[in-house]
Amino acid sequence: MADQEPAALINGTVLTALTPADVPQIVTSLRQSCARDDPGALPQPARPEAALPKANIRSSLVKAGPLLSGLAGRTDGIRAALALSPDKVIEEITKSKLRGRGGAGFPTGMKWRFTRKAVGSDHYVVCNADEGEPGTFKDRVLLSEFPDLVFDGMTIAGYALGARHGLVYLRGEYAYLWDSLQEVLKTRRRLGLLGKNIGGQQQFDFDIRIQLGAGAYICGEESALLESLEGKRGAPRDRPPFPTERGYLRQPTAVDNVETFACAARIMEKGAAWFAGFGTAQSTGTKLVSISGDCVHPGVYEVPFGTTISELLDQAGAPEAIYVQVSGPSGQSVAPKDFGRSLGYEDLSTGGSTMVFGPGRDVLEIALQFADFFVAESCGWCTPCRVGTTLLKQGMEKVVAGRATVADVAQLESLGNTVMRMSRCGLGQSAPNPILTTMRSFPELYEARLAPVPFTSRVTLHDALREAVAVQGREPVTEES
Amino acid sequence: MAAATFRFTIDGIDVEASEGQSVIEACDAAGIYIPRLCHHPDLAPAGNCRVCTCKINGRNGAACVTPAARGMVIESNTPQLTDDRRAVIEMLFVEGNHPCPYCVASGDCELQALGYRLGMVAPTQPYQWPGRKIDATHPDIYLDHDRCILCSRCIRASRMEDGKTVFGFEGRGIKMRLNVDAEGGLGETQMAAIDKAAGVCPVGCIVVKRGAYQVPNGSRRFDKAPIGSDIEAKRGSRKP
Repeated sequence: MADQEPAALINGTVLTALTPADVPQIVTSLRQSCARDDPGALPQPARPEAALPKANIRSSLVKAGPLLSGLAGRTDGIRAALALSPDKVIEEITKSKLRGRGGAGFPTGMKWRFTRKAVGSDHYVVCNADEGEPGTFKDRVLLSEFPDLVFDGMTIAGYALGARHGLVYLRGEYAYLWDSLQEVLKTRRRLGLLGKNIGGQQQFDFDIRIQLGAGAYICGEESALLESLEGKRGAPRDRPPFPTERGYLRQPTAVDNVETFACAARIMEKGAAWFAGFGTAQSTGTKLVSISGDCVHPGVYEVPFGTTISELLDQAGAPEAIYVQVSGPSGQSVAPKDFGRSLGYEDLSTGGSTMVFGPGRDVLEIALQFADFFVAESCGWCTPCRVGTTLLKQGMEKVVAGRATVADVAQLESLGNTVMRMSRCGLGQSAPNPILTTMRSFPELYEARLAPVPFTSRVTLHDALREAVAVQGREPVTEES
Repeated sequence: MAAATFRFTIDGIDVEASEGQSVIEACDAAGIYIPRLCHHPDLAPAGNCRVCTCKINGRNGAACVTPAARGMVIESNTPQLTDDRRAVIEMLFVEGNHPCPYCVASGDCELQALGYRLGMVAPTQPYQWPGRKIDATHPDIYLDHDRCILCSRCIRASRMEDGKTVFGFEGRGIKMRLNVDAEGGLGETQMAAIDKAAGVCPVGCIVVKRGAYQVPNGSRRFDKAPIGSDIEAKRGSRKP
């Protein structure tokens, strides 16, 4: 909800664009529902506005591009796919050079081919709708406004992979979409787009089940997502084996981003050449970008790959931006001197999160908040991430407090590199990014905060004595006095 | 029939491995020591500590959970990996409370021994000083959580070897802790001192009572030879 801040999630109900004036009303309605001694009966997602003010999420698709405009009908992509053999479908996806839209950018055609080839009693298609990277909300727009396009893509994947089961892992905070998505699935079953012999195709049976996450960031990592889907603790798996070999229930599984499925559906409808006509040579197609922060028009923009940060800022109305965080805390910081850089797997790879910061924002303070985010979201399984994220945060605290020396900053950088190299999964490997990339983009800010001495202690005398001072009830005598 | 064998190289040394072996198992058999902490030869690997991380075909991966494959090119004993491993060991030292000089496990502790082997002098990171309680509810075993490094060896041993579920993790991130499956502590679980889980702790967290100091300091495992020497000795004996 970064486009409609400040937002809150209260007992499962999403509240957006809050102001201090809203608080009394919220408290009143919460008191009333508690007085009924039935906290479970808080506003139903279907009519939330009735009970809680501002419990309505506005659609924020600001700019649609080729992917999201001129949608002919929900069956066209599927019909086109079913006219081909599964191998031909994968060939078409490969030809389009579609790459994963979650940010990692693995070639989708290759992933589908691996999964199809892998031997197993069942194959699975999993849609990663655990949109948890701070600052991204484009999957929310896809699922609330274009769910059929996403389900089309999943069904096409099911056909291409020889899978009978599709699973949507929906992030816990999107529980409010549950009812509407179930309705869409019901309609599709009625139309014969899900179920047995889809599109009259003998032996193509496919259905989709939605499973709700519980709000853990790590579950957006594909192997942790699979663990969570199986009902286990959300911790990543070691690879190999990759999910394409052994994924959900140890069977071959293709885990793809919501947007990837939407792209796949359009590719089958309009052809690989049409899709590859947008974007750059290495990054074909368009990208949904979620822009939020200090800008006039926050929202979702569909732009071709190759679009520069400057162009994005122009569209969103942020001429004075001093800093842009691309692809969320796990992505990279971009300083104004690099606003000419462009979105794409060959330059700024992104899952879509684009946070804009205007004049007056403290870049280092933001980097510290991102470091703190990773402390909270580390699953704890492996040492470098479990301990390293906390140490990184503490190091950054010293920098922000103006107490870090040149040696401290060098040590922080070295620690960040160790955490990046040694961590088990993408979370730990990217957790040092806010610190490492701001060091590269804004060295002058770090320099300005340095303590001009060769050494400062970790704990100040004042902090060290605080407990004793509280017990004794008197301040220590200083040398000067 | 013997499993098919193949070869790969680690630090330029040719190693023979068979289908189903992990990198660390194949290297152990060949007498090449890769530093490790959570891995135990009798237990399924879990990849918790990351100390055995090597550069495998150009990418970092933990040797304990990576299946050996034909033609792999692995780097292990490089200055950077040694630095990174030392940094990880250091993280474990500052995360818990590890008072080596008066610890019952000193000289038998794999964490301490790795600190020595990897050249850790003193931690350069801030101590976290967590407040953790000792669980002495069991008549024969005590748990000193201060020294737990969350390696999951006891969890795996209890589940897979003992057929019990005495141990498990609770909490996430830096707040993750080892826990037992009874509210009242270890004494209320089915844990017995002869369990596999009681004998696999690499540090001084799970300690069988009334056995301490039977071997005096100075005569213990790692007082005599650095950790990994037993594995490296195999290679020495094989040399022509």
